[in-house]
Amino acid sequence: MTGLYSTLIGPFADYTFMRRALVACLALSIGSGPVGVLLLLRRMSLVGDAMSHAVLPGAAVGFLVGGLSLWGMTAGGFVAGLTVALLAGAVSRNTALREDASFAGFYLASLALGVLLVSTHGSNIDLLHILFGTILAVDNPALYLVGGITSVSTLTLLLIYRPLILECFDPGFLRAVGGRGSLYHLIFQVLVVLNLVAGFQALGTLMAVGLMMLPATASRFWADEVWSMALLAIGFGFLSGFIGLLGSYHYGLPSGPAIVLTASLFYVVSILFGRRGGVIRRLWPLRHRIA
Amino acid sequence: MGGEFVSPVPAIRLENLTVAYDRHPAVHHVDGHFAPGSLTAIVGPNGAGKSTLLKTIVGLLTPTEGRVQCDSANLRRQLAYLPQQAEIDRSFPITVGDTVAAGAWRDIGALGGVSAAIRRSITEALAAVGLDGFARRSIGSLSAGQFQRVLFARLLLQSAPVILLDEPFTAIDARTTADLLALVQRWHGESKTIIAVLHDFDQVRQYFPQTLLLARQLIGWGPTAQVLTPANLLVMRRMSEAWDEEAPFCPPQGRRA
Repeated sequence: MTGLYSTLIGPFADYTFMRRALVACLALSIGSGPVGVLLLLRRMSLVGDAMSHAVLPGAAVGFLVGGLSLWGMTAGGFVAGLTVALLAGAVSRNTALREDASFAGFYLASLALGVLLVSTHGSNIDLLHILFGTILAVDNPALYLVGGITSVSTLTLLLIYRPLILECFDPGFLRAVGGRGSLYHLIFQVLVVLNLVAGFQALGTLMAVGLMMLPATASRFWADEVWSMALLAIGFGFLSGFIGLLGSYHYGLPSGPAIVLTASLFYVVSILFGRRGGVIRRLWPLRHRIA
Repeated sequence: MGGEFVSPVPAIRLENLTVAYDRHPAVHHVDGHFAPGSLTAIVGPNGAGKSTLLKTIVGLLTPTEGRVQCDSANLRRQLAYLPQQAEIDRSFPITVGDTVAAGAWRDIGALGGVSAAIRRSITEALAAVGLDGFARRSIGSLSAGQFQRVLFARLLLQSAPVILLDEPFTAIDARTTADLLALVQRWHGESKTIIAVLHDFDQVRQYFPQTLLLARQLIGWGPTAQVLTPANLLVMRRMSEAWDEEAPFCPPQGRRA
């Protein structure tokens, strides 16, 4: 029993930085999980990835101006991510280019600009910090920021949930009944950027997407409705944080990758054992009824 | 549901309506009007502009020239539209009940609660289309015919005075078609204005008093028997599906000839 306690609970009971990291994971999961589910259902799974790269030059500018300042980097990242999202959206609405293609164009330019800024004005260590984050160094202000973003994101998502689902599943119907689909799409994109910015404080720009998309894709193998997928994604995300942090503590692994790898494990297990179209179910279907 | 919506049914007028894709007209200078309470079939070959015309009336496409006129201040609020099935993501994880509930959008919007009355309407609408007990099923598990019934249930919930149907019976079996046609008849009996894009001439002759025959240009519009004549059908079949890249530009004057 004490063995179990010292393995699972002890690290969090004994160390403030572990507790903070765990709370950050919980907040990030609650914010990012549902957003990831909607990205997945809108067939925009890779847009999260693109957006996370797009955040980089903003974070870099914030870093150059204010050093390793929480607010500077967050604001910079938010502005950069939002700019790319708006530009990509405007181009796909007003030209022949589809949204994924216009995203690809803008995020690559943004990423290159970010790397250029950091490498000409900072050191490689700074770049590593921005790319990979430091969840074990999350302090109270960072925690407030992540918690605040999660609260705003969750409330906003609840407010636009119904039209967003409609816009995703039958956009023609929403437009025909006079719903402003593009407005909800835009608000949703702001939420994507916000959550990624929250995540990059803790996990870095590259890993933040992991906690957004991996639990969401895993949940698709288990749930039949959007709300249940979202709840599952939150659960998978938090469990990944919990297990990943413990792994990082006990085996001296870097925490960000440990968390995202745990989320990947949930993903692989879901692919194999998922009750909705998982590999095992496909190979060995359940017995069928007569009607 | 259905009849309890008391509202003057608006007439819809098309005035010199032209809708072009890439400078080639899909609907070319169409004039005429759908009388309140009329039941009209839009027929014509593939590529004749039928869906384009419907989408323009709904407001999903903007006319290149001319306009859709309506004596109601806000046509959109009075209109229910059934798109072609191919335009809906049927792999989306949503239940039959929630899909039908979207028909109440004008009453509940983004935030309104789904009241007991609306829940009752959903149950009644599902029963009316023969889908009792399907509310909890996910739409991905339905056949094409069952899904079309779901979309008709959603139309029922919208209880709009104007109903636009884009190929409602394509790839639907005879029994489902008969059931859904009975619903269309019921709406017609309730004096709703109904416009449907169809391909089956026998069905049109039997059930649709008015016909609009379109081959990008208007070939005929009026009582079905007077429109679906051998002469008109011959004109329709002569429509070339290909665009003519060398075609001259449509002159601004005298274009209604």
